[in-house]
Amino acid sequence: MTTLDSKTHGLDHAHGGHHDEGSYLTPRGGWISTVIQWATTIDHKKIGVMYLTAILFMFFLGGVAALAVRFELFTPVRLDANGNVTGQWLAHLPLVGNVEGETQNVNPGNNLYNRAFTLHGAIMVFMVLVPSIPASLGTFLLPLMLGAKDVAFPRLNLLSWYIYLFGSIFAVLSVLMGGVDTGWTFYTPYSTTTDADSWRVVLMILGAFILGFSSILTGLNFVVTIHKLRAPGQGWFDMPLFVWAIYSTSIIQVLATPVIGITLLLLTFERVFHVGIFDPALGGDPVLYQHFFWFYSHPVVYVMILPAFGVISEVIPVHAHKKIFGYRAVAFASLGVAAVSFIVWGHHMFVSEGELAATVFSALTFLVAIPTAVKVFNWIATLYKGSIALTTPMLYALIFLFLFTIGGLTGLPLGTLSTDMHLHDGYFVVAHFHYVMMGGTIMALMAGLHHWWPKMFGKMYNSFWANIGAILVFIGFNVTFFTQFILGVKGMPRRYATYVDELTIYHQISTFGSVLLLIGFLVHLFVFVHSLVAGRQATQNPWGGLSLEWETETPPIEHNFHHEPVVKHGPYDYETTVPPGWDPKDYPIPHAARSHAVVVKH
Amino acid sequence: MSTIDAHSHAQGTGEDVKLPLWARYKYAAHFRSKEDEFDACKFGFWLFLATEVLLFSGIFCAYALFRWKYPEAWAEGSSYLDWRWGGFNTIVLLVSSYTMAAAIRNAQLNQQARMRFNLAFTIICGLAFVAIKLLFEYTPKWTGWFFVLDPSLAHHADSGKTMLGGLFHYVEGYGGKAPGKFFSYAFANDPHLPLWWAVYYSGTAIHALHVIIGAGLIGWCLKRSFKGAYGPGHYTMVETAGLYWHLVDLVWIFLFPLLYLIH
Repeated sequence: MTTLDSKTHGLDHAHGGHHDEGSYLTPRGGWISTVIQWATTIDHKKIGVMYLTAILFMFFLGGVAALAVRFELFTPVRLDANGNVTGQWLAHLPLVGNVEGETQNVNPGNNLYNRAFTLHGAIMVFMVLVPSIPASLGTFLLPLMLGAKDVAFPRLNLLSWYIYLFGSIFAVLSVLMGGVDTGWTFYTPYSTTTDADSWRVVLMILGAFILGFSSILTGLNFVVTIHKLRAPGQGWFDMPLFVWAIYSTSIIQVLATPVIGITLLLLTFERVFHVGIFDPALGGDPVLYQHFFWFYSHPVVYVMILPAFGVISEVIPVHAHKKIFGYRAVAFASLGVAAVSFIVWGHHMFVSEGELAATVFSALTFLVAIPTAVKVFNWIATLYKGSIALTTPMLYALIFLFLFTIGGLTGLPLGTLSTDMHLHDGYFVVAHFHYVMMGGTIMALMAGLHHWWPKMFGKMYNSFWANIGAILVFIGFNVTFFTQFILGVKGMPRRYATYVDELTIYHQISTFGSVLLLIGFLVHLFVFVHSLVAGRQATQNPWGGLSLEWETETPPIEHNFHHEPVVKHGPYDYETTVPPGWDPKDYPIPHAARSHAVVVKH
Repeated sequence: MSTIDAHSHAQGTGEDVKLPLWARYKYAAHFRSKEDEFDACKFGFWLFLATEVLLFSGIFCAYALFRWKYPEAWAEGSSYLDWRWGGFNTIVLLVSSYTMAAAIRNAQLNQQARMRFNLAFTIICGLAFVAIKLLFEYTPKWTGWFFVLDPSLAHHADSGKTMLGGLFHYVEGYGGKAPGKFFSYAFANDPHLPLWWAVYYSGTAIHALHVIIGAGLIGWCLKRSFKGAYGPGHYTMVETAGLYWHLVDLVWIFLFPLLYLIH
């Protein structure tokens, strides 16, 4: 990669080019003016950091709700000989005093449980998983990886952020008013009949509707950025794989999200005016709702997982010190997943749609396995004979590979009609999507966060404690969710507040696992805060990364690059693996890897 | 290369101040040229239009499903719509699409006065469309109140009740053709008629909202055009507002026959 003097083009306005500027994080003026600068910034890096903060906060909120769910399920709900309710945990929290003291009636406590899992689902899906990697890491990294100064529409980018904030406020408002118990899917007639006199459900639905626009506008912005703002010399196959993943994701966001938009709008009409489109009592069709909902919500699980694939495709080669195996295959697999994602929504409805439709959707569903497996095999092939450095990002990438493979493979019995009849709407499904969503997306987010953290904030973190956190998360995750596969096979239905005595032990193990997960994430929180406060200064390229973001300063200057980069040697230019001045002692890597990294020409 | 062009406008010397706003336009710093920026904006807007089409697709799907399930309700519901109002509104939108396209051409040819006229005419057409919809279609069907100038008022027995100094006349038993819980039309033959009105009002109201947003965008163009913001060198905003307007027009072209013409 060589550079070209950026003075030969472009004009100095908006946020155009002072060449002696400092890092984007450098505060200018007092704290009030700094806050205003951040709130009105059109710098993609600051917007990315703001997204990251908000998403991590929402992850915390959704996590608290998850713990509430796990604690409620610690013991089954029973009426004892005196007619008193036992085994309800949420009902006895001091927070919800209005329910305290209720005996002989399981409903108030169970309603709280319903609200807790709806809250967990809605927050984690709409406010964490969908925006997670694209909005935080994507917004931050995409222009850097393309050698651009910003995304194509910087003000639209800021607008997306505010729409996200606005939608989240709607959702939080709904929670403060007492929460929603419809399940995150808002299936009719639950969503049209529960809490009929309250605006909570409408607020939550409108929150999801508004968040959809944030998603659409971010996706649109990214597609145009990738088409129009690639560095000189950077063809389509000179883009890092993370960009390919973001591109595929963005296409899904643009093409699927409007459908949930109109669906949620009609659902609002349905709820407020009882128009009857989805309500069977008025001649409407609840299965139509399910089709509309999953036409968006199935592709959107690939909005969650494709960027994770992108992160892993970046992290593994850098920390294994080896070129990615099968670059084009991985790139096309991203597009392949995006294309297939639109034709498999019916597999969420095997029991509500017709037999022929179920058969066709089952067959189509197996297509997803092909591009996904291509990716997994390519990552493993990349690791093969690589000089693997067990850094925190690499550790998380390995955790991802392990958990995502389990998640992916357990999708196959769910895609098979006959086995799905038993597993449908049970804990097997819950465990499956936690393995792909949390074991996939969140683990990849953690990998990416640890990988790009030095670039984003200019600080190193304590690898030892970060690794401890990763291991705790890994163990906690498996203890929590592997038991749920067993629960599912044994017939535990999802969303139930109680269960038969035989299942108690599994539920209790699962709850213990969730505490372990909490401790793991708290360790990470500590590591991040410690890094920001007292972290060692990071060098420009601490891992020896090869994509363009490592070519600029750490943290990047406000306009990303001092000189516009020119790409000459494909997406990952191994000749510059070891930049001059790079010190292998910057992070703990095995000796073999170190020598391998220094002698770069294979 | 265009970069060189852009450079000649770039330096804000005293001489440049005399040039109109469009000629002084500088593209945003992260683009390589003005053409790049224009292409990016157009491309982005086309993607946005794709999302709009998908948004309306939900309405069309619901229409198709319920038409298939309840053909009698659809036939009956459609019979209450007057194709003449729908047809007139179609003409209004088609004319406005022409003036919108002409306004873009005017911007390209630097015909400032004509551009303003065409933009203003487009806005008036848009507002007329919404006014006709509200006054002659929504209000009588929903409430039974007819605007005094409505020619179809002559076909109904006037109850004698008037409102706003005779501006609206009430026709007994005509109203209540409304969606969901507002439905109270006493002479309905089909129990699923409220569903027809649900689809009719959802579809046409979301469309009318788009007309209003489109008129707002064009109004913004009109306001900026008085400052000389658009001309041969820079007319991105007019072009994209035009794209939006044509989409709004196109959606109506589909809604009109589906709702008014086929039974």
